[in-house]
Amino acid sequence: MMEPIRGGYMAVPLGGKLHRIYVEETGSGIPLLCLHTAGSDTRQWRGLLNDARVTQHFRCVTFDLPWHGKSSPPDGWWKEEYKLTTASYVEAILGVSDALGLDRPVVMGCSIGGRVVLELAASHGARLGGVIGLQSSSHVDPYYDTEWAHRPDVHGGEVCAGIVSGLMAPQSPENERWETLWHYMQGGPGVFRGDLHFYKAEGDLRARLEAIDTARCPVWLLTGEYDYSCSPEATRETARHIPGSDVTIMSRLGHFPMSENYEHFATFLRPVLDQIRGRAADRAAP
Amino acid sequence: MTPEDLPSLVNGNPMLRRWGRFLDADVLLAVGTEEWMLRLRDGAVESVRHGPFLMPSWTLAIRIELEAWQAFLSPEPPPGRHDLMALLRGRELRLEGNLHPFMSHLLWFKAALATLRSQPARAAA
Repeated sequence: MMEPIRGGYMAVPLGGKLHRIYVEETGSGIPLLCLHTAGSDTRQWRGLLNDARVTQHFRCVTFDLPWHGKSSPPDGWWKEEYKLTTASYVEAILGVSDALGLDRPVVMGCSIGGRVVLELAASHGARLGGVIGLQSSSHVDPYYDTEWAHRPDVHGGEVCAGIVSGLMAPQSPENERWETLWHYMQGGPGVFRGDLHFYKAEGDLRARLEAIDTARCPVWLLTGEYDYSCSPEATRETARHIPGSDVTIMSRLGHFPMSENYEHFATFLRPVLDQIRGRAADRAAP
Repeated sequence: MTPEDLPSLVNGNPMLRRWGRFLDADVLLAVGTEEWMLRLRDGAVESVRHGPFLMPSWTLAIRIELEAWQAFLSPEPPPGRHDLMALLRGRELRLEGNLHPFMSHLLWFKAALATLRSQPARAAA
């Protein structure tokens, strides 16, 4: 039987160039825009997009960032080094959201996505229904040399998978952990490293947290306990600077909760989605 | 189990042999004050010698704190001690020498040393 997920391509102008962007969606109701992690793609959200308990209330949308998955890099890509920045990331998210006509979407992102939702809440909170940051922190301290992720004498797919494999909880199902790694093994050369430019260097958002108003744009932060890249303590530290934010530390999950063990992750996500539905109902009430 | 069990755990494992088919290195594995020299050839652990060594010559050294190593080998390792990169992040593992064999075979090193764990962790549901 076919899954309910629909996929398609659209042209979105980003950075002065037209980009061919791949989008998947399913469900109806409150728009929920989902962002994949560095060096991966929309397939990380397969569990959520196949969860009727969610899609009966939410229009779930996810897209591959330029250079990722089935989205193309821009014309002339072979002449440039890919580096994600806060500005280009925000432009891509808002560009896709506007092109799809999403009205006050809730944006849920993981890792780099969990980072950028903080900037979205700070600078565009009035346009959003809220943000959910998975494995979210305002910055991370580098702990390995990212040069290893892109050099001709090391297989990029295998080393990228090796770098992230331990970020998952050992209790997560083996097949789902390896599915998650397969996506990493398929990334383009230098793309994971280019995303890490935002995650580990340019995208330090510590100074942006004070601009977040959770009364205008609520913030939920959920972090798996086995993540040593964005640790629970890093998330708690971020939340301390966002008054009104809500933190959940998720047991027996790691850096890829929606992909490594969706069923377990859903037990933590469901109460958040219930709150979002409650707020939407309150706004709609006369 | 100890590093001396690695040949019996790794060499008959077709997955590790395939992943490591281009892996050649002499690895000094130091756990606390104990040392082992692993001679890796074509993804097999050809020999393991137990130190101490007076004049060791190696490609790569992996030095791990004893308490962290014991936690790494527990059936359900705790967060921060469940993976070699996690130990690195927590500064309980240090790499020295030529890192190329290690980084180009990262999945092999993680999986090979994890074979010393007695039981795999159960899936969370």
